[in-house]
Amino acid sequence: MTEDPGDPGARPTTETLPGRPLSLRAEVRRQLSRRRTLWSFVLLLALPLVIVAAFALGDGDPSEGSLVDLATGGAANFTVFTTAVSSSFLLIVLAALFVGDSLPSEAAWSTLRYLLLAPVPRARLLASKLVVGLASTAVAVLVLIGWSLLVGLVFYGSGDFRSLSGSTLDWATFGPRLALVAAYLVITLLQVGAIAFALGVRTDAPLAAVGGAVMVTIVAAILDQIDNLGSLRNALPMHDAGAWFALLRPEVVWDDLVQGTLWSVLYTLVLVGLAFWMFRRKDVLS
Amino acid sequence: MRARSASALAGVLALALAAPAALLAPATASGAGAVEVVEGRVEVGPEPSGREVELDTSVFVPEGDGPHPAVLLTHGFGGSKADLAGQAGDLADDGYLVLTYTARGFGASGGRIHLADPDFEIADARALVDELAARDDVVTDADGDPRVGLVGASYGGAVSLMTAATDPRVDTVVAAITWHDLAEAFFPQSVLGSDEPGPFKQLWASRFFLATAGRGAGQDEGTDPVCGRFAERVCGLLLDAAASGEPSRALLDLLAAHSPAPLLADLDVPTYLVQGMADSLFGVDQAQATAQALEEQGTPVAVRWSDGGHDDLGGSLEADTATIEPWLDHYLRGDGATAEPTAGGLPLPAFSWALPRSRGQDASTVQSTDDPGATSYETLALDGEPQPLANPPGGEPQSLTAVPSAGDAVDEFSDVVSTYPLAALPGQSAAFDTAVLDEARTVVGSPRVRLEVTSTGRSSTLFLSLWQVANGVPELSRRLVAPVTVATTPGEPTTVEVALPGGTWQVPAGARLRVLVTSTDQTYAAPRTARLDTVQVSDLELPTVEGASVLATDGGGLDDEVVGLLVAIGVVALVLLGAALVGRRRGHGPVDPALADVPLVVDGLVKTYADGHRAVDDVSWRAERGQVVGLLGPNGAGKTTTLRMVMGLISPDSGRVHVLGRQVGPGTPVLARVGALIEGPGFLPHLSGRANLEAYWAATGRDPAEAGYDEVLEIAALGGAIERPVRTYSHGMRQRLGIAQAMLGLPEVLVLDEPTNGLDPPQIAGLRPVLARYAAAGRTVVVSSHLLAEVELTCSHVVVMHAGRVVTTGTVAELVDSTDTTVVTLAPGSDPHPLAEHLREVAGVTEVDEVADVDEPHVVVVADLPRAEVVRAAAASGADIAGVSSRRQLEEVFLGVIAAASGSDPDLRQVRSR
Repeated sequence: MTEDPGDPGARPTTETLPGRPLSLRAEVRRQLSRRRTLWSFVLLLALPLVIVAAFALGDGDPSEGSLVDLATGGAANFTVFTTAVSSSFLLIVLAALFVGDSLPSEAAWSTLRYLLLAPVPRARLLASKLVVGLASTAVAVLVLIGWSLLVGLVFYGSGDFRSLSGSTLDWATFGPRLALVAAYLVITLLQVGAIAFALGVRTDAPLAAVGGAVMVTIVAAILDQIDNLGSLRNALPMHDAGAWFALLRPEVVWDDLVQGTLWSVLYTLVLVGLAFWMFRRKDVLS
Repeated sequence: MRARSASALAGVLALALAAPAALLAPATASGAGAVEVVEGRVEVGPEPSGREVELDTSVFVPEGDGPHPAVLLTHGFGGSKADLAGQAGDLADDGYLVLTYTARGFGASGGRIHLADPDFEIADARALVDELAARDDVVTDADGDPRVGLVGASYGGAVSLMTAATDPRVDTVVAAITWHDLAEAFFPQSVLGSDEPGPFKQLWASRFFLATAGRGAGQDEGTDPVCGRFAERVCGLLLDAAASGEPSRALLDLLAAHSPAPLLADLDVPTYLVQGMADSLFGVDQAQATAQALEEQGTPVAVRWSDGGHDDLGGSLEADTATIEPWLDHYLRGDGATAEPTAGGLPLPAFSWALPRSRGQDASTVQSTDDPGATSYETLALDGEPQPLANPPGGEPQSLTAVPSAGDAVDEFSDVVSTYPLAALPGQSAAFDTAVLDEARTVVGSPRVRLEVTSTGRSSTLFLSLWQVANGVPELSRRLVAPVTVATTPGEPTTVEVALPGGTWQVPAGARLRVLVTSTDQTYAAPRTARLDTVQVSDLELPTVEGASVLATDGGGLDDEVVGLLVAIGVVALVLLGAALVGRRRGHGPVDPALADVPLVVDGLVKTYADGHRAVDDVSWRAERGQVVGLLGPNGAGKTTTLRMVMGLISPDSGRVHVLGRQVGPGTPVLARVGALIEGPGFLPHLSGRANLEAYWAATGRDPAEAGYDEVLEIAALGGAIERPVRTYSHGMRQRLGIAQAMLGLPEVLVLDEPTNGLDPPQIAGLRPVLARYAAAGRTVVVSSHLLAEVELTCSHVVVMHAGRVVTTGTVAELVDSTDTTVVTLAPGSDPHPLAEHLREVAGVTEVDEVADVDEPHVVVVADLPRAEVVRAAAASGADIAGVSSRRQLEEVFLGVIAAASGSDPDLRQVRSR
C-alpha cells in the first residue's frame, strides 16, 4: 500500500459544487445497470409475444365478434388489446417500481448516504431520481405500445382499427389517437409514480414504497366500485385511468380525459412537493 | 359490468319512484337556523267510506315579521313531505312561507290514493290554500286570498296544475315532469290525429303499483292486501288493464278525469312547465299539449325541456330546476305579482331546451327562443323497400329499446357494446335509413315519419325509434320509442303519420339517421296474437327551431371540478415554485473568516433522536491541517452521530459544524472537499468494485481525471477482485473499497468511521502509514474508533467521547505523558490490588487505578507528590515491582478520564486494548 497525495491546491471551491452532481446521465446509468430494469423491459417485450402465442395455442377459430377475434384483427387492434390488458396492473406496478424503488433501494444498499456526502444536494438527488423514474415509465409505455404495434404488424397485418361496438378508425386517425393514448397513460401513471415516490422518501424498504403505491391504487379501485360515493370517486387516484378508451371512439369526448389528466397532475404535484419537503431536512440514518 | 349496471338501475329506479319531487330540491340543505319549521296536521275531506282524513304538514316560516308570499309544495308519487324539506328550506331562506304536506294515501297522512282525483287530492290542496289564507303572516291579494305559488314534480306537478286550475286564489304554478292526460300517458298513441288508445305502458304502471301496493298492507284497517293504500276503484281498474293489456272505457275515463287536461280552460295564472327528454313515463309531448292549450287561451306559459327526467334524475335537471325561483320571484313579489298576467313579459324564455350531453359530460348547453312557434320541418328521404316483420306469438321475445330509469347505466353499458342488437331483433324489426348527412344538424322537437303498414291482423301495434348511425354503429341518443296502434284491414295497406318522441338531437355530419320499427317493446304490453306486418317508413321530417339563442352553457367544457382542479394545480405549482426559489436563495452561508483555514470545527453539537435518546450533548472539537485526529469512545459514545452531523446527513438540534469556514448543512457544496466512510461502506451490489467507484465519482459530477482511481485502488488492494460484483466481497474487502471510495479525489478532509472493522492485522498495520502520509501532505484525517491501541498508534490528536460528551481532547503525546502520573508495573501474574490499596492510604495520592492484566499487571497513580515519593511508597508495599514509567498507555488515560467523568461504568470494559 503506497499513497502519494498530490498537492491539495487545485481543489473545488467551498462555495459551489464542481460539476453537476448526480446528473441524469449518471442516474440513468445507475438504474440501467440494475437487474430489475432489465427484467422489466424483457417482460414488456415478451408480453406481446406471449399473447400472440396464447392466441395461437387456443384451439378452434375464434367466433365472429369475440374478443380474440377482435384482438387478432390487425396491428391496431392487437396494440389496443395488449395496452388494455397491461394498463390495469402491469404498467401500474412498473410505474411504482421505476419511480418508487430507486430512492429506498439506495438506502437499503447504504449508498444513499454516500450520494448525499458526495455531496449530491438533496433536491438534486430527488429530482434526478424522479425524472429518471418517470422517464423510465414513459419509455415502458412507449416500448409496450411500439413493440405491440410491430408484433401485431408481423402476425396480424395492418387492418384498420375496429372497436368492439363496430366502429372503425383508419390509420391516419388511429395513429395520432394512439399517440394520445400513450400520452394519457403516461399522465395517469404519473400519480402512481408520485405515490410510490413519496412513500419511498418515508421508508428505507423498496418493497414498502412499491407495494404501498400498488396497494393504494387497489384500494382506490375498490372504493371506485362503491356507487353511492357518487362524484367523490372522481378524486380517487386512477379513477379515470380507463378514460383512454374514449380516444378510440369516432367522436372523442374529452371530459373524462381532461378530468383524469388534471387529477393526476394535481396528485403528482402535491405528492412530489410533499416528498421534497419531507426529504429536505430528513435525518438519513440508513 | 352486468352486475354493476343492474345495481345502478335498481338505485335509480328507487329514486325515480320514491322521490320525483326531491329532484326539484337542490342538494343544498335547508341551512339557516332562522327558518322555523312547524309540524302540523290539517283535517281535509273524508274518504268515500266516511273515514276522516288528516294530512301531515310542515310550515317553513322565514325570518322576519312578514307578511311573506307563500309556496305550496307537493311531492311525487310514493314520496312524502320529507322529500321537500331541502327545497322548502331554501325557499324559506329566500323569504317565502312554505307549506309542505304528505298527500292523501302516503306516509303519515290518512286516506287512500285516488291518483290526483279532483274530489280528493285536488280538494285537499285547496284546503291547504285555505290554511295559508288563515295565516296573518302571509301576503294577501284580497281578504281570504293568499299570495301563493304551487310547485310540484311528477304526481305533485299534476296536483299543482289541477289545483291552480280549480282555485282562483293561486297566483302561479310550476309543474315539472308531469302529465297532461294520464290516459294518454299510460296508453300513448303516436299516430297523429288518432284518438284511439295506444298500447299499455305496462312497465311503468307496474312500478307505480309496486311503489305503494303491498307496502300499505296491514297498516290501515280494511286495506286490500294487493291494492295496499290505493283506492279500490282506481286499483281495480288498473289491475284489469294489466291483466288484459287493454284499457276499459271506465279506466280511460277515470285517468282522463284525473288529469290537468280537462281543467286547463280555467287555468289563467302564469304557468311554468319543466319536462324531461329522458323520460319514458311523461314525455315532452305531455308538456307540449298542456302548453298548447294554455297558449291558445292566452295564459302565460313557459316550457323548458330538460336533459333529464324520470329515466335520468341527473342530467340538466338541477340547472333546470334552478330557474324555478326566478319565476316565483317574478310572480309572487316582483313586477308580475300585481300586474295583470299577460302572455308577454315572461321572466324566462317562452321555450328553452337542453342539447344532448356528450357521453361522460355532466352538464348541458341550453338554448332558448321566445317564439315557440318558430319550428320548421325538413324532409329527408328514407331508403328501403317494404319490409316484413312479425309479432311473435305471446309477444315474446321483446325488443329492448328504451330502458326506463336506467340512466347512466345504459350509457356505460353502451360504451362497451352497442344496444342496437337488443332492439333490432331479427324477424321482428325493420330499419329505414336516410342518406349520409353532409352537414351537422341540431334537431329540436318531435320528428315525424310516414308509416305504411299492411297487416294480417285487424290492428297492428308497432314501436318506432330514431337512431343515429355514425361509423357503422347505431346509437340511440334519446332512449325513447313511439308506440302506435293502427287499425288495419288485412291485406290492405294503411298509411299514417307518426310523431316520434320529442327531444333534441345533435346529428354530426357524416352520420345517417335510422328509423327502426319493432313489433314489441319491453316497456309495453304488446298484443299476444301472432301477426305478420309489412311496413315501409318514408319521409322523415326533422324539426329545427329558427333563431335559437344559447341561453347558458352549464359548464360546457369547463365544469366546476375542472375549474377547481386548475386552480388547485396553479396554487400548488406556485407554492412549489416559491419553495424552490426560497430554497435556492437560502443557499449556503458566507465563509467565517476566523475559521476559513481550519479544516474542521465542531461547535456545541447536540442531537436527540426521535426516541428521546440524547446521543450527542454539547460536543466541540476541531481538527487542524496535518493532523490525524482520533475520535475515541466506547460504542454508543456518540462518535458516529457526531460524524453524521459533520457530514450533513443529520441535522443537529443545536450547534454547528464548519468545514473550511463553511457551515455544513445537508448537501453543502464544501462537502465535496471531504471524503468519508461512515458506519460501514455502501455499494451497488450488482456492480464490480471498480464500477462502483466510477458510479460514485459520476454521481459527484466531477471530472473523472480528478478521481485518482489508480491511487485509491492501490490502497484498496483488491487485485483482480476489483472486477467482481461487490456482492461477492468479504466484509474486509468491502471495508477497503469503502476507504478507497472515501479517498477518491484526495479530499482535504478524510473522515473514517471505524476504518479497521473487518481488516486483518497486516492490513491494519498497512493502513497506518497511509493515513499518516495523507495528513502529512497538509490534509486532515479524522478516525473514529473504539480501539485504543489503534488510535494511539495512528493518531496525532485524540478526542475522547463518552456518553455523548467530549471527556478530553489533546495530542496523544500530551495525554500519555504526564508529570503527576506514575505507572507501576508488576511482575507478570501478580495481583495489583494490594499495591493499589496500599497506595490509596498514602497522603497526597489523588487517584489509584489498578489494571489486573495477566501479562502486565500495573497500577496507575495520580498524585500531588514528586514521582520519587510515589515510587518509594510503592516499593514499601513489598509488591513485585518490575518497572516504573511516567508514560501511561492511552488506555489508562482513557479509563482515568472516563472514571473521573462518570465513575465506574461497565461499558468501559470493551474499550480495553486487545
